[in-house]
Amino acid sequence: MRVRVEQTPLPGIGVRHDLVTSSGRTVGVVSHRNGRRDLVLYDVDDPDSCLASIPLTDDEAEALADVLGASLMLGQLAGLRQQASGLLTEQIALPAGSPFVGRKLGDTRTRTRTGASIVAVMRDREVVASPGPDFVFEANDVVVAVGTRSGLDGVSAILAGDTDD
Amino acid sequence: MHGTTILLIEVGALLFALGMLGRLGRRFGLSPIPLYLLAGLAFGHGGLVPLSASEEFIEIGASIGVILLLVMLGLEYSAGELVGNLRAAAPAGVIDAVFNALPGAAFAFLMGWDWRAALVLAGITWVSSSGVIAKVLGDLGRLGNRETPVILSVLVIEDLAMAFYLPLVTAVLAGVGLIGGLKSLGVAVVTVLAVLVVAIRYGRQISALISARDAEALLLGVFGLTLFVAGVAEELNVSAAVGAFLVGIAISGPVAHHATEMLSPLRDLFAAVFFVFFGLSTDPAAMPPVLLPALGLAAITMLTKVLTGYLAAKRVGIALPGRLRAGLSLMPRGEFSIVIAGLAVASGVEPGLAPLATAYVLITVVSGPMLARLPDYEWFKTFIRRWRQPSRPAVQPRTAED
Repeated sequence: MRVRVEQTPLPGIGVRHDLVTSSGRTVGVVSHRNGRRDLVLYDVDDPDSCLASIPLTDDEAEALADVLGASLMLGQLAGLRQQASGLLTEQIALPAGSPFVGRKLGDTRTRTRTGASIVAVMRDREVVASPGPDFVFEANDVVVAVGTRSGLDGVSAILAGDTDD
Repeated sequence: MHGTTILLIEVGALLFALGMLGRLGRRFGLSPIPLYLLAGLAFGHGGLVPLSASEEFIEIGASIGVILLLVMLGLEYSAGELVGNLRAAAPAGVIDAVFNALPGAAFAFLMGWDWRAALVLAGITWVSSSGVIAKVLGDLGRLGNRETPVILSVLVIEDLAMAFYLPLVTAVLAGVGLIGGLKSLGVAVVTVLAVLVVAIRYGRQISALISARDAEALLLGVFGLTLFVAGVAEELNVSAAVGAFLVGIAISGPVAHHATEMLSPLRDLFAAVFFVFFGLSTDPAAMPPVLLPALGLAAITMLTKVLTGYLAAKRVGIALPGRLRAGLSLMPRGEFSIVIAGLAVASGVEPGLAPLATAYVLITVVSGPMLARLPDYEWFKTFIRRWRQPSRPAVQPRTAED
């Protein structure tokens, strides 16, 4: 079903768009000439007045529109953004048979070998942020790494002991 | 000391003091206009610290200030908005004019002034301050409210009416007589209509002439064109303010948007000088005798503005709280009233007019924005609810249950 959006000119300021939701609430947007928008929510008791008027910049309004838009589109956009910057974040569980259980993080030499960085380690639901080279791995640790696709693949290979050294 | 040196010191100190005053005012949610007027009173003849060397500079700055105030006002509206609004809002505009201009005129006759002073005072009490009201609506988060378009369209009509009223007053005050007055009014009407038609049809082409890309060329182009047209309009007895207003209307689109951004700081500077200048030309000693009459006039015309807003909002089906919000928002008078009074002072029509106008604007511009907040208070809302449903008093059913 199409939603009816009403447009009201505000001379000297801009334009207001509002719509009544199926739950009976009125929501509107006041678009200023300079690109600022106000998100306005109307009072139930006094439908002529707005309860809240939240100023949004152009960028914020766009971001909000993305979120409110189809969730399918959002997923695609998020994927695009990651691909565009070429940088990914991944959680890699330390395999049970990893050669690094009980050894230091520095021993893995992941950054020199793959270009990817280990930025955190999760252990028993606790996060160790930016672990140093002297950090000692335990079984069931989950490593958070940042890097390119191939770099991250390299990290998981190293942690699994799939590389020859 | 050299004349220029003293001028620099005086102007510098004055502007710095205004800056501090404006900052102080903003902390209390006060418009800077009344503070600038008070500063002008303090610095004028008979005030605390009379300025002497910078008088000429302030006078020229003040006339540039009026022109910038008006061109910015014109830039806010497109010609289409002005004309498109006209038919729908005309009845509200007529109510507004009758309810608010007549008390001013009647008051002038009551004071024993002549009909020229009555015409001027009618204008002073008629026009609400677009600048102050738009600011208050924004501050109170009411831009989305349903009564806001009503308020804005009343302001638009007033501003448009000024394009015809100002040349009339200019001609009358210049003492060109009935025939001369009609002639200059005719010139004004034809000019205003011609500009509106040209702006609607060819606004894009005019704006294309002044490119929005080059900031410096845009600033000089728009500012220069405005001063030039304002000067020519003044020469034709149409009033410089109207000329500037028309330039603002004729420019549209991205050029208008960028011009607004570039001219805003200039406007703030020279408008402050204008308000100070108006205060300067008022003798503080003349204020106390007119204070009581000004208070009475303010009380009456603030009530008539509430009634104006109430009726205008009622016409478009706004409920009672919204009608009161519209009425209470329309009360402040400001820059336009001072512009009109400034014209009268320059022509020396009635010596009591300047102090009365100063006091009047001070009262309305300070109390107006405060009273505009009334409908947001809980006790006021409760009061309205009781008033609206007198048949169902809230207390009775509860006592019956007890």
